[in-house]
Amino acid sequence: MKRTSSPYAVRMGFGLGISYLFLATPMVRDWMEASMSRHMLVQMPLLVVIGIVACRLLPAHWQNSVLARVGGSIPCVVVALFASSYWMLPRALDAALNDPLAEMAKFLSLPLLVGFPLVLAWRRLTLIGRGFVWTNFISMLAVLGWLYIVAPVRVCNSYLVNDQETAGWYMVIASVLLFLWWLGTLLVGGGVGPDKPDRNGTGTKLA
Amino acid sequence: MSPAKRSVVITSLVVLLGTGVFWWGTDGFTALTAETARRVEILRSPRPLPAVTLEDQDGNVFNLRDYRGKLLAVDFIFTRCTTLCRSMGMIFKQIRDLIPPESLGRDFLLISISFDPDHDDPASLKKYGQTYGADGKIWRIARVPDKAELKSLLESFGIVVIPDEFGGYEHNTALHLVGRDGKLRLISDIDKAVPFAEQVVALL
Repeated sequence: MKRTSSPYAVRMGFGLGISYLFLATPMVRDWMEASMSRHMLVQMPLLVVIGIVACRLLPAHWQNSVLARVGGSIPCVVVALFASSYWMLPRALDAALNDPLAEMAKFLSLPLLVGFPLVLAWRRLTLIGRGFVWTNFISMLAVLGWLYIVAPVRVCNSYLVNDQETAGWYMVIASVLLFLWWLGTLLVGGGVGPDKPDRNGTGTKLA
Repeated sequence: MSPAKRSVVITSLVVLLGTGVFWWGTDGFTALTAETARRVEILRSPRPLPAVTLEDQDGNVFNLRDYRGKLLAVDFIFTRCTTLCRSMGMIFKQIRDLIPPESLGRDFLLISISFDPDHDDPASLKKYGQTYGADGKIWRIARVPDKAELKSLLESFGIVVIPDEFGGYEHNTALHLVGRDGKLRLISDIDKAVPFAEQVVALL
């Protein structure tokens, strides 16, 4: 089970590091952060995905021992909830644009405190636990999107009000699609959700 | 420690820490946007402003420091603006008319500062001023000709100006009050003209 030593994992890890650095280059950052939609719905999810992939590259026994040390899946899920909610605050978005420290915190916390712990927790979560994570995320996305559409004020000083409305619509659309997809996997996958919970800790994945 | 106990302890720590971070990041759950944060911070600690050189609608050159010892209402505009700055003009007019006439010009003045010095020469400033009855004494319409000074002025006020897709700008619009000590002491919503004027009267 030593997946890190395989050339595949090494190559993946290398590629992952490159993608992370690529996202962090000033040019890519400027482009991603020039629009609210790209900032919230492309850059931030990609940072989370980097954390997800990074965690999955670790050998299973490492993942298990880290999970045991941090107290199991519940603290992991709670950390991910807090960190992801924080970056949904309009103020945090503005801060990431204007304060290099906040930008750094974003680049560190999204992979390390959202993507990484979610993968650790995922394999141990029951269907109900996974359902909680998904529905919580989907509803948060939908509510926030709706707020951005109907908000009478500009919530971010750094973004145009049109941009805010567009981002809101994208969020609502994304939440509907995610919900349909999640519902679909419940129906076609034998009723166990997108990823089948298992005991031996292999072959699980976070979509 | 049993795994279950460990889980409970660590989860509680995470919740505590997470709530703490939210508390710290939102000024005690009051400021969810950067705009509210700016206003809360000013109330807590009035902010000194840079001594920038301005040019008004009549071509007079003066310094922001010249207003020391008086109360000064400030808003930010660009004269090509067809939306919010229009109402800003009306709101400033309303505020001026709410202040006792004997204080106007002696103890309380108004200034609308353009952040678009390239387009807003004294002539366009004058035209904007005439629309709302800004006389150039009690209420000046001015620009900051020097780009570096403009930048530092906008930064100290916390004004973020971004170009929109129509060749104009979007910016955080608000009513600002500078105290006699030359420090920015109050930022209000633009639909709060009456409370703003009441605050000014209370300070006269």
